[in-house]
Amino acid sequence: MSDADDELPAWSLRRDDPRTRGIVRTLPTRIDREWAWGGADGTGVNVAIVDSGIDGQHELVGGVERAVAVARAQDGSPEVVHDDAGDVAGHGTACAGIVRSIAPGCSLWSVRVLGPESRGGASALLAGLRWAVEQGCKVVNISLSTPKRETAALLHEIADDAYFAGTALVASAHNLEVRSYPWRFASVISVASHDGDDPLEFLFNPEPPVEILARGMDLEVAWLGGGRILAAGNSFATAHVTGICALILAKHPALTPFELKTVLRETATNIRTA
Amino acid sequence: MSEPEELRAAVAAGVLSARRGHRPLLQSIAEVAQAIFGARAASIMLLDQATGELVFEAVTGEGEDVLVGRRIPAGVGIAGWVAEAGQPLVIEDVASDPRFAADEASRTGYVPRGLMAAPLRGEEGVIGVLNVLDRPERRRFSVAEMDLLDLFARQAAVALELLLQARRIEALVAGAGGEVEAVARLAAALDGLEGDRRAAGIRLLGEIAAVLGG
Repeated sequence: MSDADDELPAWSLRRDDPRTRGIVRTLPTRIDREWAWGGADGTGVNVAIVDSGIDGQHELVGGVERAVAVARAQDGSPEVVHDDAGDVAGHGTACAGIVRSIAPGCSLWSVRVLGPESRGGASALLAGLRWAVEQGCKVVNISLSTPKRETAALLHEIADDAYFAGTALVASAHNLEVRSYPWRFASVISVASHDGDDPLEFLFNPEPPVEILARGMDLEVAWLGGGRILAAGNSFATAHVTGICALILAKHPALTPFELKTVLRETATNIRTA
Repeated sequence: MSEPEELRAAVAAGVLSARRGHRPLLQSIAEVAQAIFGARAASIMLLDQATGELVFEAVTGEGEDVLVGRRIPAGVGIAGWVAEAGQPLVIEDVASDPRFAADEASRTGYVPRGLMAAPLRGEEGVIGVLNVLDRPERRRFSVAEMDLLDLFARQAAVALELLLQARRIEALVAGAGGEVEAVARLAAALDGLEGDRRAAGIRLLGEIAAVLGG
């Protein structure tokens, strides 16, 4: 757990911050955690990690059901192809390990949008995200963002399509005071960090654009080559919420993204009954 | 800047040798970052917009003599992620990543245990990455450190943009042939003069301009 005088990444709040306190339930029937995900382990829910790839062999990841990468076709346009590269940076494996720790039964899909063949960039992110939505992934973890306005408009379209198609996009806030996308869109679930160390403790933040605060500090996460590292940041808080969404959707597969967001609000650690 | 503007800038400032001035600036930023964080090494990488590769432009501490000019494929490794994500990343115990370790060790004989990397943001997006390797061991991540790293990254981004601009102008001058280079050399020579000789040089150029213009 962080000391009280340590800072958090941008957009994050301490658990005892007054802004997270005193928020009252709004639904007449109580939705609690037992109802929301009691007994669930994520089985039946496919979760896409749009990132640097995933090392499926890592013991904390425990297998990847499907792996694709965004490459460039001969005409230069992005195309989604089968991927054997695993993880080119480590970050996607870290996120996948966190999701697996919370939802051990979920199916992990790796959508690699970084690396030499895609040359990263906005077009790969757009193509990878579009693909995950079209494949009907129930939850998509996006710990990447772009500050570019022209890309933001295209991302917005995909985020809205996902929202209506029943795909929950869980997007990480930037670690600095930077305005970037897609996490700022209302149609996604945006996540930053709090200072706690309980993986299932998450807070509803009444001050958007960030809506959920979760564990993101001082974490031991999976990395390349079967190793582990210590890391911190909103990316990892996001992976926790992705895992929790997988649990909820395993138990309630018909929930739409806006209902899912409501369930997150009602089951947040800081919400009290009137 | 448009091409004529860049040419004007090149000639006016006599910047044919500007690159020589910007490289020490980048090097100095890396050195100060290394010193402030008490790190074993620091480096500044330029993002090659055409290929997506990262190129070491300034290196201080471990690897100083071998890394400059070396290229890392697009999106690969921690610096690659930072460049693509546009986000800083602070991690400890990188050595447990055998691929990273083997890769670095084979080239430098040096395996870092911790790494902080921040994107260098230019007007058109990310233009490079600042790396700080092996600051004194601490188990805990600090956001204050990340913010400090970002401050250095902003400074490095400005220096890198100046270097890029100087390179563009050089390419432009080289492409335009001997005439522009001759004028630029004249401007550089004038820039090097002082006192009466400088005043005389400016008068002479004024006369030449009047003759050519008339």
